[in-house]
Amino acid sequence: MSTTTKSGVSHTPKFTDGAEFRIPTFKMLKQDGKLYKGVKEPDLDREKALRIYRAMITTRVLDERMLAAQRQGRLSFYMQCTGEEAAVIGSTAALDDADMIMAQYREQGALAYRGFTIDEFMNQLFGNELDYGKGRQMPIHYGSSKLNYMTISSPLATQIPQATGYAYGQKLAGDGHCTIVYFGEGAASEGDFHAALNMATVHRVPVIFLCRNNGYAISTPATEQFAADGVAPRAYGYKMDVIRVDGNDILAVHEATRAARRMAVEENRPVLIEAMSYRLAAHSSSDDPSGYRSKDEEAVWREKDPILRMRHWLEHRQWWSEDEEKHLQETLRREVLETMKRAEKRPPPPLESLVTDVYDTVPPALQAQFEKLKVHIRKYPEAYPKSASHAKGGS
Amino acid sequence: MAKMNMLQAINDALDTAMAANDRVLCFGEDVGVFGGVFRATSNLQQKYGKSRCFNTPLVEQGIIGFANGLAAQGSVPVAEIQFADYIFPAFDQIVNESAKFRYRSGNLFDVGRLTIRAPYGGGIAGGLYHSQSPEAYFAHTPGLKIVVPRNPHQAKGLLLGAIHDPNPTLFFEPKRLYRASVGDVPEGDYQLPLGEAEILKEGTDVTLLGWGAQMEVIEQAVEMAEKDGISCEIIDLRTILPWDADTVASSVFKTGRLVVTHEAPLTGGFAGEIAATIQERCFLYLESPIARVTGLDTPFPLVLEKEHLPNHLKVYDAIKASVDF
Repeated sequence: MSTTTKSGVSHTPKFTDGAEFRIPTFKMLKQDGKLYKGVKEPDLDREKALRIYRAMITTRVLDERMLAAQRQGRLSFYMQCTGEEAAVIGSTAALDDADMIMAQYREQGALAYRGFTIDEFMNQLFGNELDYGKGRQMPIHYGSSKLNYMTISSPLATQIPQATGYAYGQKLAGDGHCTIVYFGEGAASEGDFHAALNMATVHRVPVIFLCRNNGYAISTPATEQFAADGVAPRAYGYKMDVIRVDGNDILAVHEATRAARRMAVEENRPVLIEAMSYRLAAHSSSDDPSGYRSKDEEAVWREKDPILRMRHWLEHRQWWSEDEEKHLQETLRREVLETMKRAEKRPPPPLESLVTDVYDTVPPALQAQFEKLKVHIRKYPEAYPKSASHAKGGS
Repeated sequence: MAKMNMLQAINDALDTAMAANDRVLCFGEDVGVFGGVFRATSNLQQKYGKSRCFNTPLVEQGIIGFANGLAAQGSVPVAEIQFADYIFPAFDQIVNESAKFRYRSGNLFDVGRLTIRAPYGGGIAGGLYHSQSPEAYFAHTPGLKIVVPRNPHQAKGLLLGAIHDPNPTLFFEPKRLYRASVGDVPEGDYQLPLGEAEILKEGTDVTLLGWGAQMEVIEQAVEMAEKDGISCEIIDLRTILPWDADTVASSVFKTGRLVVTHEAPLTGGFAGEIAATIQERCFLYLESPIARVTGLDTPFPLVLEKEHLPNHLKVYDAIKASVDF
């Protein structure tokens, strides 16, 4: 085994600064909904285009309504995908629905595309008895095994090497599926990002790394996150194929991801996609961007709204009308409101959910703690309104 | 004296330290112009410049590795980890590096000037990853100091004590108290000692021991118990490592009973270490088993957070059980 590189030898001390690694941004669709000159009409049929568009509108309506609900105190916390719907939904739509999704936390659009119902969203947001996560995690930490969407974990970037491992398993299983993993440009600073990319090329893993470069990690602008030209050039260091794409261009995101999937699944070539976008909303309902960026800057990006851009394209193709838009928006608003009212009235998960799933079965020592807790709650029922009715029975 | 909440007191401590010594640096995620997600570093960049208070890239192991290097070089880094739940990527830098720097070099080098601040603890509807109390993981690491303040006055004095202490110190800030805990805070520089517990109230029947936000819980429980005629002694441990066993043991010699409470899970929690040491030192004086009132042996929940937490009613029940044993 040689430990030297394949790049030959030099006898003068020549440094390189990486300036040759300039990665252009792939674009197809202009903001007015027309294609750039020379761009072929995409291979995207009406049915799929409308499925994408509906998921984008669903995400936007849900986000607007649930942020308002948080402001009213009905919900403890919320995070919006606003401005990044095309980056998330365009990429998910380019996959097979059986491909795995490992998201960061701002990718509710991927779930909306796969068919997560408004009820399912609401049950998680309110942590009620029907929440798949049993009321254990903060709002927006969705998960769905039937839709191949791994449950969200708050610690940043942990999902990236997990995606490499998951996809390696898919490769061994030979089922022709891949994994897409989403993360922000901030999370890409974590060690886990680098470990994941390196292992993916070393082991030739069918995984797509989709970086949503939305300009901010909470308050930290991308310019204070890295000195390099974005995240994309890092792929070279790992000998990984890479593309940078306009994240607000639904067609470009879809096309790039479709090609990436082919490389991943057919050739076991992992791919890095850097989707350039902007986090139009605050980081979360706990954040106030007025402390670190200007309204003018936000206004520039509001003009680049990815949903409006797609709508213009659909209208040019005569696949969508003003009436259909109005009807969809109204229907969704009504559904979100009605579903929210239902979800917030549902009881919390049973008291047992405190101690189940820590292990496959409850260990005896934990069971003893639980029995003691029940006795305590029965003694002070008024102090535990969410669980007093569950604490009856038992020892 | 000025009325401050805990965040203001921490900000004031950092301001005081930076004004007194231009080698003091504050950095971490969102710490710069924004002043941190809880605003503990508000205005420090504006006041001391971008080279002394700044945002770092989003990488905890990098933040603490960088801080170790700075401390070894002679600077005085005060690194912020945005939530204690997110400290674990830096576990290697803290446990294998910060804690062992002096020992492994035969005291040729040390990172004693290092302070790591992190918001900590539950009770804010933070679920699994914005609620944890990881002090016991670090308490298993000789070479570190660990401090948890209970109110604004303590926060400022102990943080200044940590910054000046010649050992790497983890400073866990109970975030539930950030805005809720308000009190008088002296102006200027004052340092409270590390490694010393404080007796907050003297009593004769039972000793209550805790730290951080649990001190409020203990006070509520004691109020109930005293109505039942039970005389309680309250001790704030303040420093988890190295901990003040003498003060606790002297108290238990007198009361014969000890109730320890923390938010972290029971098994492997720091109360276990305290119970083992105190039964060893006070065995013949104990009137009842040492009681631990803690979180359940589970991850931190969200909706049923109240059920999980060791609240005043659970502490009160433990006092009663200890006295009635």
